Amino acid sequence: MRYSALKILTQGLTGNKGWTPAWREPDPKADYDIIIIGGGGHGLATAYYLAREHGLRNIAVLEKGWIGSGNVGRNTTIIRSNYLLEGNQPFYELSLKLWEGLEQDFNYNAMVSQRGILNLIHSDAQRDAYVRRGNAMRLSGADAVILGPEEIRKTCPYLDFENARFPIQGAIWQPRGGTVRHDAVAWGYARGADERGVDIIQNCEVTGFQMDGGTCVGVETSRGPIRAKKVAMCVAGSSSRVAEQAGMRLPIESHVLQAFVSEGLKPTLPGVITFGAGHFYVSQSDKGGLVFGGDIDGYNTYAQRGNLPVVEDVCEGGMAIMPMIGRARLLRMWGGVMDMSMDGSPFIDQTHIDGLYFNGGWCYGGFKATPASGFCYAHLLATGNPHPVATAYKLDRFRTGAMIDEKGAGNSPNLH
Amino acid sequence: MIINHPLLGPRDAAEFTVLGDASLLHRPDGMTATMDDMHDYAYLRDNPAGLHRELWYHEQGDRSWLVVTRNTLTHDVENVELARDVARTEGRSK
Ligand SMILES: Cc1cc2nc3c(=O)[nH]c(=O)nc-3n(C[C@H](O)[C@H](O)[C@H](O)COP(=O)(O)OP(=O)(O)OC[C@H]3O[C@@H](n4cnc5c(N)ncnc54)[C@H](O)[C@@H]3O)c2cc1C
Repeated sequence: MRYSALKILTQGLTGNKGWTPAWREPDPKADYDIIIIGGGGHGLATAYYLAREHGLRNIAVLEKGWIGSGNVGRNTTIIRSNYLLEGNQPFYELSLKLWEGLEQDFNYNAMVSQRGILNLIHSDAQRDAYVRRGNAMRLSGADAVILGPEEIRKTCPYLDFENARFPIQGAIWQPRGGTVRHDAVAWGYARGADERGVDIIQNCEVTGFQMDGGTCVGVETSRGPIRAKKVAMCVAGSSSRVAEQAGMRLPIESHVLQAFVSEGLKPTLPGVITFGAGHFYVSQSDKGGLVFGGDIDGYNTYAQRGNLPVVEDVCEGGMAIMPMIGRARLLRMWGGVMDMSMDGSPFIDQTHIDGLYFNGGWCYGGFKATPASGFCYAHLLATGNPHPVATAYKLDRFRTGAMIDEKGAGNSPNLH
Repeated sequence: MIINHPLLGPRDAAEFTVLGDASLLHRPDGMTATMDDMHDYAYLRDNPAGLHRELWYHEQGDRSWLVVTRNTLTHDVENVELARDVARTEGRSK
């Protein structure tokens, strides 16, 4: 069923009786051409682009819970393409371009809102670094503008410009950055993939791999064995647990990131704002709540909840740039388990096992990557070659010295 | 989380920084190790769901390194030892 304004009108006039489920609930078949493990944003996008760009239909997405129960439904919804390094920036710019056409493309309202992202500058050295980053962004075809304090005051007069320790000296602004309704992304991709024949199988946990002479030929699941010509891991925070079943050790640790939402307020934030001297970022949802977050907790965990010291640290970051936030009450908070990699950058690659592919290591920044991750993973699965903007995302890059370390923090996943 | 420091008693986890997997105690000998040994040591991790032995540094306290055995599913701390003692009994770089 195609969604349109006319459809809403006619359905409204006929008692809304004609709506059908957005995707089927099929039982798994005995075998597929491609199995994707993980019904998060990336897994569903991969299935969608395999069907849409490469005409492949005989595909299953296996999800252990329900789709959208992972990080795709837990993140703070920020999208941007403001990276510095060559291995990253063209990939994230492709992603932002795909976001811009996404809703028309998959005929679903994902509330893509390019309200801009403002990264504040608090020192001369930081201005130099951000000017350099802005140049790198513009070289890749992205947009970046350096603003002075007077220009920021026009839209955000409530920021603490004269803070004694971290005065606001300016900002780098990406007008095309913004926010997207996160779970609508999962639903939109699921619907689009399902429409093109992909089986989305929920409550189906992968518990092992079927190997035949060093080739992966299928998976064991909680709903029985399923065979496939190609098996594609795409499980974000669970990457190590799933890869272990294939005997792989990964350059990844799982860590928790927390998110916070305040009570609903009148419109006050024009877009996304980030603190440059500590770690704090905030936007305002369409319901009015301030949505914010900061650092990861820093210890390995699969618990999907964090601890109080980070709550304090995040709130202090908020108070440092935006003292008015202290008047708002915190409504709710939660955590998600993320696949932190050794250099802070992701992987989209074949494994050393024939027929087995890996997508992961997205750290706390994989939501913005969803469209390009699916697009490039689909390209790899369908053609056998990496997509030109994703050639750097190799699993063996630590062996070859080709790390993509935006932060220069080295092999400490909790520092990226 | 509360870390039961072997010398100082119960301490708030916020006083510590975490380095990660305690297998980092066993750095291969740089003069004899192969590329693969070094690569695996520096970049690959078990990352288990369940009991995990990890290195914690008491930065805001007595600056000792501890080996904390912690459940990554529940955050329960099961055991805390001085990293020095662990390294000695395990024979470092084994
Ligand atoms: C609090 C928080 C805030 C964030 N904020 C941002 C942000 O503002 N901007 C941004 O770009 N990124 C952000 N991120 C990161 C982003 O959400 C993730 O990088 C991204 O969602 C990961 O990809 P995914 O959507 O495919 O993951 P998920 O949605 O986690 O999908 C993985 C799926 O695999 C399933 N699975 C696991 N094991 C198995 C198995 N054995 N069998 C079958 N299925 C399995 C899981 O159930 C899950 O549904 C944030 C993350 C968190 C936690």
